[in-house]
Amino acid sequence: MNLSNGKGSMSTASSSAAMKSGDIVSDQFPAGLRVLVVDDDPTCLMILEKMLRTCLYQVTKCTRAENALSLLRENKNGFDIVISDVHMPDMDGFKLLEHIGLEMDLPVIMMSADDGKNVVMKGVTHGACDYLIKPVRIEALKNIWQHVIRRRKNELKDLEQSGSAEEGDRQQKPTDEADYSSSANEGNWRNAKKRRDEEDEAEDRDDTSTLKKPRVVWSVELHQQFVAAVNQLGIDKAVPKKILELMNVPGLTRENVASHLQKYRLYLRRLSGVSQHQSNLNNSFISSQEATFGAISSLNGIDLQTLAATGQLPAQSLATLQAAGLGRSTAKASIPMPLVDQRNIFSFENPRLRFGEGQQQHVSGSKPMNLLHGIPTNMEPKQLANLHQSTQSLGGLNMRVNASPAQSNPLLMQMSQSQPRGHMLSENTISHVPRLPTSMGQSTVPNGTSNGIMGRNGIPDSNRGAAYNPVPQTSSMLNFPMNQTTEMSAGSFPLGSTPGMSNITSKGTYQDGVASGIKGSSGFAPSYDIFNELHQQKTHDWDIQNLGLPYDASQHANALQGNVDVSPSVLVHQGFSSTRQTGQNRDATSIGKAMFSLGEGMEPGNFQNIGQHLNTLLPDNSVRVKTERIPDASSQTNLFSEQYGQEDLMSALLKQQEGIGPAENEFDFDGYSMDNIPV
Amino acid sequence: MDRNQSRRQIAAMKQSLFDQGYLDEQFIQLEELQDDANPNFVEEIVTLYYRDSSRLISNIEQAIREKNPLDFNKLDNIMHQFKGSSSSIGAKKVKAESTLFREYCRAGNGEGCIKSFQQLKKEHALLRKKLEAYFQMARQAGPLETACGPK
Repeated sequence: MNLSNGKGSMSTASSSAAMKSGDIVSDQFPAGLRVLVVDDDPTCLMILEKMLRTCLYQVTKCTRAENALSLLRENKNGFDIVISDVHMPDMDGFKLLEHIGLEMDLPVIMMSADDGKNVVMKGVTHGACDYLIKPVRIEALKNIWQHVIRRRKNELKDLEQSGSAEEGDRQQKPTDEADYSSSANEGNWRNAKKRRDEEDEAEDRDDTSTLKKPRVVWSVELHQQFVAAVNQLGIDKAVPKKILELMNVPGLTRENVASHLQKYRLYLRRLSGVSQHQSNLNNSFISSQEATFGAISSLNGIDLQTLAATGQLPAQSLATLQAAGLGRSTAKASIPMPLVDQRNIFSFENPRLRFGEGQQQHVSGSKPMNLLHGIPTNMEPKQLANLHQSTQSLGGLNMRVNASPAQSNPLLMQMSQSQPRGHMLSENTISHVPRLPTSMGQSTVPNGTSNGIMGRNGIPDSNRGAAYNPVPQTSSMLNFPMNQTTEMSAGSFPLGSTPGMSNITSKGTYQDGVASGIKGSSGFAPSYDIFNELHQQKTHDWDIQNLGLPYDASQHANALQGNVDVSPSVLVHQGFSSTRQTGQNRDATSIGKAMFSLGEGMEPGNFQNIGQHLNTLLPDNSVRVKTERIPDASSQTNLFSEQYGQEDLMSALLKQQEGIGPAENEFDFDGYSMDNIPV
Repeated sequence: MDRNQSRRQIAAMKQSLFDQGYLDEQFIQLEELQDDANPNFVEEIVTLYYRDSSRLISNIEQAIREKNPLDFNKLDNIMHQFKGSSSSIGAKKVKAESTLFREYCRAGNGEGCIKSFQQLKKEHALLRKKLEAYFQMARQAGPLETACGPK
């Protein structure tokens, strides 16, 4: 199919891929898009068919949901998108939606004459990528192809991220590749990948996995060198190329520096003012919400998104980052990772993105970057450095609850894996919010975007963004070296959001043991939960949980403090889900828990601190997270200051946990409060 | 008959249907879908609609007749479907009446339901007559005059 071919190009875009891939799509696209329409009303069905045909789509009609499902099952790759009515006699439209999401992972658009808010919300929570009110106009149908592209992008990213970033979490790339090529899996994302462009993906994966590009771990020294170079050049004039020259580190590529710079900029931005971020985050958050619910890749998406959100991340880099880092599924996750804050970025990069990929495009590493994006980098440079350190240590521990904002920075730095992320990070720009959506492939990845956005706003939540991603999605992310930076972010989240924290928490969950455990349970969810939870505090409102539940910062804050010990996997998951339901309070608790659980390895005391920070952060975050809400910059800064105190703890924690970094990425997403995040 | 004249007549008829609120914008959407490949698309759709909606109406009638007290939930469900169909062809008055019916159902107002239902059947039948006349004239005049909505 043309579409697939065209779309395939998406996957190939290792660099700036995500964004460009869309462009590369076949010229005929969206003509030929294979649509399956399900509606028991024959009149509507006929009208829809005619409208879709007029749009040059290839239409298959179905009056019964059961028939639709069997059609889909028989032709696994026979359709690109499904449009279904809500009220059907034989099966509830939402049920069908769930089935499709689980089995085939196709974008599904719901339709109904009912335009009540509850019903629309239900569509969102169940993972519909859009909701049309009857009578449907042809204009509404003309653009449905965007959902297909978006999902593919996210999947692509997820695949890459998951494949590359996490060895343990997801099958190794080689394995993945094999899977893909053999098309043995029915896994949604696998299929998607296949559909898209198996070869490309395989190639990409191969490269990343087989070549084992060395990830750039932004150690403290390296980061200090970086900062020195930046200061020497002047932050405004600091361009990756020059920085690279000044640093004179063999093996370091311009991309590495660029992505790192991005995060760094975000971090600085966070420090200086979060208000911008907030708005950005919100934006990204919203966009990220889209993330498919079930898509595990959501994490990946989120990261990138967050990074994008940070604004600096060019769409392309975001795309690549996402691709690389997203593997985590953040992309898919609609959870915006608000955390993007610098911390996130750093943290993301490490865990999520394929480390050492060095490839911008494959953002595997980028995930971490995302984290940073979202999170306003309030952290001071030194904090960043700390983060680095912590992230590194976190790597192992995911749990590293972002001990101190500063710490998270270093962690984040470490995340550097994803060069592309670096871009994101450097972005610091508050604008990350806007970015996310772009890179994310059009907001399909709510998670990602939100995260990014969050970070920007300085809402700690941004980190959380990751958290929001629906659990399944996040898992990919979480699986990533949660240990990494995510934790850092948590600690260092001065950026205003616990994102750092959340990252950590999520990371914690991931921790090898945890992660696996978590994964099993929710797929990713566990890790996300943590993040989410953390973020939740901030982003609670946004996403997942509540989809619009107002986030009570205060509530969260309290919650956080209380939770300290939730077992990572369990808590996370639970926290997450619970938060969703309860909304805010839970989030806070879950987050707190998540954090704590993550920090299991860490000194208990530290967690407490972190938790507190989170709490503080969260409230702020929550404010910010709300897509609509504009977080107070001041609140964020306050948070940061608190966090800084924690730095020490965090760094200690972080150190313990190596590799927690990646978690940050996830957080980024969490940060965003996605109102619509389908949980 | 003069072609132009009949076309004008058809246009006028259509215009009056819009003006009197029988049809709304959605009908224009349908007309715009009509093309050489489906020259009688609108008529086909309307025919399909009446076939299906008549079935729904008799379902409601049966439900009202048989059950006492009324099963509002069931009635509401049927009407929801009916409303969806009606709105997709642009049957404005019919749609409004079905909304009213549903409100009565939700309020548990049996009397209101029945009254509203009677009104709905009237509107439904009236629109059918008007559209049939319209299509007949359109067929006679030729395919050119369709696809122009109310000005």
